[in-house]
Amino acid sequence: MEVDKKEIESDEQVVNPWEVSAKDGGKIDYDKLIDKFGCQRLDQSLIDRVQRLTSRQPHVFLRRGVFFAHRDFNEILDAYEKGDKFYLYTGRGPSSEALHLGHLIPFMFTKYLQEAFKVPLVIQLTDDEKCMWKNLSVEESQRLARENAKDIIACGFDVTKTFIFSDFDYVGGAFYKNMVKVSKCVTLNKAMGIFGFSGEDHIGKLSFPPVQAVPSFPSSFPHLFPGKDNLRCLIPCAIDQDPYFRMTRDVAPRLGYSKPALIESSFFPALQGENGKMSASDPNSAIYVTDTAKDIKNKINRYAFSGGQDSIEKHRELGANLEVDIPVKYLSFFLEDDTELEHVKKEYGEGRMLTGEVKKRLTEVLTEMVERHRRARGAVTDEMVDAFMAVRPLPSMFE
Amino acid sequence: MGFSKDQLLNRLQELEIDYSKYEHPPVLTVEAQAKYVSSSEGALCKNLFLKDKKHRYYIVSAMVDTKVDMKVLSQRLGLGKGGIRMAPEEALGELLQVSLGCVTPFAVVNESARDVSLLLDKNLKNPTRCIFHPLSNDVSISLNTSGLDKFLRSIGRDPVYIDLEVNPVVGKDQPPDLAVYVPFNSVVVPELPNKTACLQTPPKNESGETKPVTSAKPSKSACKFKNVAENSAPLAFKNPEKFVEEILDKTSALFLSEGKGKSVEALTETQRKRLASELTHLAIMYKNTAYTEGFQAGKCYQPKRL
Repeated sequence: MEVDKKEIESDEQVVNPWEVSAKDGGKIDYDKLIDKFGCQRLDQSLIDRVQRLTSRQPHVFLRRGVFFAHRDFNEILDAYEKGDKFYLYTGRGPSSEALHLGHLIPFMFTKYLQEAFKVPLVIQLTDDEKCMWKNLSVEESQRLARENAKDIIACGFDVTKTFIFSDFDYVGGAFYKNMVKVSKCVTLNKAMGIFGFSGEDHIGKLSFPPVQAVPSFPSSFPHLFPGKDNLRCLIPCAIDQDPYFRMTRDVAPRLGYSKPALIESSFFPALQGENGKMSASDPNSAIYVTDTAKDIKNKINRYAFSGGQDSIEKHRELGANLEVDIPVKYLSFFLEDDTELEHVKKEYGEGRMLTGEVKKRLTEVLTEMVERHRRARGAVTDEMVDAFMAVRPLPSMFE
Repeated sequence: MGFSKDQLLNRLQELEIDYSKYEHPPVLTVEAQAKYVSSSEGALCKNLFLKDKKHRYYIVSAMVDTKVDMKVLSQRLGLGKGGIRMAPEEALGELLQVSLGCVTPFAVVNESARDVSLLLDKNLKNPTRCIFHPLSNDVSISLNTSGLDKFLRSIGRDPVYIDLEVNPVVGKDQPPDLAVYVPFNSVVVPELPNKTACLQTPPKNESGETKPVTSAKPSKSACKFKNVAENSAPLAFKNPEKFVEEILDKTSALFLSEGKGKSVEALTETQRKRLASELTHLAIMYKNTAYTEGFQAGKCYQPKRL
């Protein structure tokens, strides 16, 4: 029912955990995606409800429509209102040491959810997946997992409510039992249909999806949620991860488990524009958390795709093309103040503000963010990573 | 002690809030006020000062013809059917620092009213201007609700508008929709017979301005999970956000006390928000570091030799 047919048409957009590309090199059509995947739009009434329930302003990513789709989020809120809590589950595939701003987005949002709803969080580092897909050695992928964990911790998660684990360390016991239960419910054909596997792929890849599925079930973490088999799970992630959780939601009722809910984000555009691809091999396609203030200024000025006109006169006459302008897009992600953003969009769109000014403001905002992250990262020690990753109970997880 | 009408009017001017002023003999009722301020200047409003059984106080400001059903309001706040009544006179003076007949949304400018919940009738937004007493019942001012909102935000309050005329069902599956506006803290007003200060369990949804509580007991409905270790460490030392609230409260109080006589205000809402965000981040890092050190110590802990 929620399962996808294999992608045959190559001139359609492709969105799955390993490939994201728009049709004809254009923009991703999110409406079509929502339709195809069968998830729902996150509308204003849900955002207002979140505000009421949490007594605080909704996160900037909600207000600006960055997190724009969901599955069963309203049910999570219904239960929350009645006093039934939930836990959060998100993760990262540690493929590289260099994290850019796009990588931080789900973590920034998850941190807000943790604080606003006062619920615990499990973070999965899929070192095994990267070992298999990126052909890294086991040791290297484990090392990257720990390095990435430091950047994740620097986003400000509370150690008394957060459990970080790497697959190589944690798979086994109750977690593995759930993995086997899930595997039994998914045929080879189905897996190939959902994920696009073929006869050429090695069996490691085929057996990976259950690993990403089972953190949605509280019984996978007996040290955290003993006896709480009905605890619901909310998964903040980018929308390309949807296939894993479509499979999980399909399987859950057959195992007697609740279906996990999802709250999904759109993709963060590359500096060169929506059509460009952010890649670890091109340092100028994104702002990295290790960039200096100078690097940031340079990258924005030189590589950020501008929607401004070619000449000042033309710009003043026609205004900027906000649809393709990257600085304004980035500001809509990271500039907290709604009024200021509206002002910039109006002035720039009507030609009174110039690209240089917008880029300057963006540079300020991003520099402050990156600096703050770097300072926090500096405070994360290996011992702190050990503490976050220790298999231990979290008694104050709902406080 | 309390804000005077002149101080309030000056503040409105500083904030560039547009209002019109009408002076008249002191009036104790809306009918009397109507004699001196005609409806062309703005819509007259009625203001109720209410109290619940747990000594929490509310100001309800509404259009004169909006029906305020106390039973319904009480239920919607989660206080049961007869949980709310008119507040006694002493509370008026102690908490709102105004005299009889002078209840007004502006009274929340006083520090003494910081735990009073202000509920505004959403119908107040309809007319161009509404009329309130600016802390004194021999003056009335008319202003647009946007001006009122601006003033409230300047003192760190989010304006809360509610539909007073709906009567939603409140039951097991339909939680009270206004429960979130019940003040976090109760207030002791002296000279009230046989009442002692009591900190009640926090309501299911805390109001935006939360204050640290010395015994961190989760409320019955909010958390069905018992704490494994039911420890009584003050929430301000466990929860980074509450910790930061406490710091900012103390800083704000310091500014206010230092600036007596001069025109110094407490931290504005925006300043507070930005500082809160930065400081909370720092507090979380501090907490994580402390936990890590404890964890390391725990790993190497050698039990007592018997």
